[in-house]
Amino acid sequence: MGDPLFWHRLQFGFTITFHYLFPQLTMGLALLIVVFKGLGLRTGNEAYHDLARFWIKVFGVSFAVGVVTGIPMEFQFGTNWAAFSRQTGGVIGQTLAMEGMFAFFLESTFLGLLLWGEKKLGPRGHFLVAVALLVGSWLSGFFIIVTNAFMQHPVGYTLARDGSLQLASFWHYVLNPWAHVQYVHNMMGAVVTGAFVVTAVGAYWALKGLHPEHARLNLRVGVFAGLVGALLVAFPTGDLQAKMVAKHQPVSLAAMEGRFESGPKAALNLIGQPDVEARKLDNPVRLPGILSVIAFGSFSSEVKGLDAYPTDQWPTNIELLYYSFRIMVGLGTFFILLMALAAWQTRKQRLERSRWLLWALMLAFPFPFIANTAGWVVSEMGRQPWLVYGLIRTSEGASRVVHSGQTVFTTLGFAGLYVVLGLLFVFLVGREVSHGPAALKH
Amino acid sequence: MQGIWFGVVSVMLAFYVVLDGFDFGAGGLHLFVAKTNDERRAVLGAIGPLWDGNEVWLLAAGGTLLMTFPPVLTAGLSGFYLAIFVVLWLLLLRGISIEFRSHVQDGLWRAFWDATFAFSSLLLPVLLGAALGNVVRGVPVDAHGEFNIPLFTHFSTSNPVGILDWYTILMGLFALVTLLGHGALFLIWKTQGPVQDRSRRAARPLWAIVTLLWILTTVGTGWVQPVLFKAFLHSPLAWGLMAVSLAGWAAIGLGFARSRPLQAFLGSSAFIVGLLATTAACLFPVMLRSTLNADWSLTAHNASSAAYGLKAGMGWWIVAFPLVLGYFAFLFWMHRGKVSVPPEGEGY
Repeated sequence: MGDPLFWHRLQFGFTITFHYLFPQLTMGLALLIVVFKGLGLRTGNEAYHDLARFWIKVFGVSFAVGVVTGIPMEFQFGTNWAAFSRQTGGVIGQTLAMEGMFAFFLESTFLGLLLWGEKKLGPRGHFLVAVALLVGSWLSGFFIIVTNAFMQHPVGYTLARDGSLQLASFWHYVLNPWAHVQYVHNMMGAVVTGAFVVTAVGAYWALKGLHPEHARLNLRVGVFAGLVGALLVAFPTGDLQAKMVAKHQPVSLAAMEGRFESGPKAALNLIGQPDVEARKLDNPVRLPGILSVIAFGSFSSEVKGLDAYPTDQWPTNIELLYYSFRIMVGLGTFFILLMALAAWQTRKQRLERSRWLLWALMLAFPFPFIANTAGWVVSEMGRQPWLVYGLIRTSEGASRVVHSGQTVFTTLGFAGLYVVLGLLFVFLVGREVSHGPAALKH
Repeated sequence: MQGIWFGVVSVMLAFYVVLDGFDFGAGGLHLFVAKTNDERRAVLGAIGPLWDGNEVWLLAAGGTLLMTFPPVLTAGLSGFYLAIFVVLWLLLLRGISIEFRSHVQDGLWRAFWDATFAFSSLLLPVLLGAALGNVVRGVPVDAHGEFNIPLFTHFSTSNPVGILDWYTILMGLFALVTLLGHGALFLIWKTQGPVQDRSRRAARPLWAIVTLLWILTTVGTGWVQPVLFKAFLHSPLAWGLMAVSLAGWAAIGLGFARSRPLQAFLGSSAFIVGLLATTAACLFPVMLRSTLNADWSLTAHNASSAAYGLKAGMGWWIVAFPLVLGYFAFLFWMHRGKVSVPPEGEGY
């Protein structure tokens, strides 16, 4: 426990996991706010504007927490991961700096106008401000994903004589194929989060018999966006992501699947408990041949198992990786089924009367947060033991000059602060939900 | 190219100090210049739409420093480890104090956030000033280009140094009083009524103390880091930048005497930019001075990224920078004139 690396990893893992609960919500809501405002302008139905106003309030609180928990992320590259950042700053610094210059300034300029500028700007001007926030927050996501994609699949760099990585081609770096698949996959995940939250609030109002018109519109927009998002997360983006892992990180795929032995006609393990010591999967329930199809497109394809790789290249936490992958895929499947059912009932005009389904929709909102988090755990645990895949090991990346006494202190500090912050967030959003939507006061 | 990026990063940090500086100052003063709920809401209304954008300059400068001079950013952040986290936690506290206050109309809720807002706004300038003091004084950068120092040791500027010693604390106080003065001028410009009156009454003594501390820190700097003084004497650029500071200082006095609040605020902005730029010009090319061995100092020449990355970065930076200036012009124009307090439930 005195191992400095452990604490550096714990601190980064904890702070990034907490932080990303908020951007996934704001990136999803940013899109849905544009949709609500757009529908309001098109149909002239004031209820859409009321809902946009309501969600902008929730967006404001989430955005604030996202900003204040995001600032430490940027700094931890230097404080906790100095060796890594020093070695790669010439490359990844490009997108981290671009995020500030192109995305954060855009967001911060228009946030105040989105929150408080509706009267001053009028409906069309305010709609454009919502679009600006959508562009800003989605750009921000893009730059972060490009940075992460370099760690997953480094391209566009050259190894300098002093051992550092330097940029060799800006466009290769930014147009990393890994980044594009991961970006769309990730953004659709954010849409699912936003859509489930919108749907859940609609379901809550409907169950309580509050604001019937608003509840109905919340449900319609939320269910539609949720279904489209959930489908796109799985196919084509999730599928492409899996193929990307199969191609560039085959050892991660083997670990994600709990596959210890190589061979053709690889089975997809639905469930079972990996015993890494004994190199086997306990109590497996399998679909024969399916993994070969998913990874390479045919039943006969050979899929390598962990036995094909030396153990020093195995991901360091196979169990967590394996379960996170199952949580992500399992929940993703559940999202499609739930939203398809809700969409069917909406089409039949009887969603508001299906109380059991409204209960399910109301209670489902935490699961996209869990699925998105699990997805990132798969991505980051699958990358281990590398910080930059194949180039820099995680054990070489931490700050050499920072001792555990410092890192434990700051980790505990974050733990305390974030518990308080999380409680405040839940309290404030809960208040907004109970206040409900409101018309613009003139 | 390395020289240009040194200049760019310095300018971005100066923008940060001037812009987030006035909202630090306003936050540090608000308990004293704004007494009622409506007055506090006026102060928050004046900085509310701006603080987030102001703070982005710090992030953007940090990202740019990582891109252009990775060893400098990483050595600095890991070297000042504990102080950096204190800064991060204060920034966090300050951000939510501003954003959460308006959500609940309750006296206790608001009194709490007012206090945390003032506390974080007062402490941050001290730490940022102390950080600049550390850069000027130098830190024990070793042969690997790394160091790590505690928050304090024996409060003297000789090794083993801490982040806080008499000189860096002096710099911290100078930064605090300067930004309080800067914030007071901002509030005089943007508010009216009692808040403006009280800010006006605060500004005069604050700027008198700034002038005194300015002299003290200059003498202190000459004592702690005589190299910087020699560099100053031989640098026409530094003379020019110091002239900007002096002009700014004079503009504050004139603007104040003639009741031209914008002129006074621009004067204090020029004063701050001038001082920071003078310091940067005297430090150049050194970015982190080693107190152990001058050869181990991290400079714009020995600690930069490779030429291609610097060029590629400039390729997009010159597109982004005018855009950002455009955003700020738009933002200040949207919020031009005196701030008005909207009904409860709208605005800060």
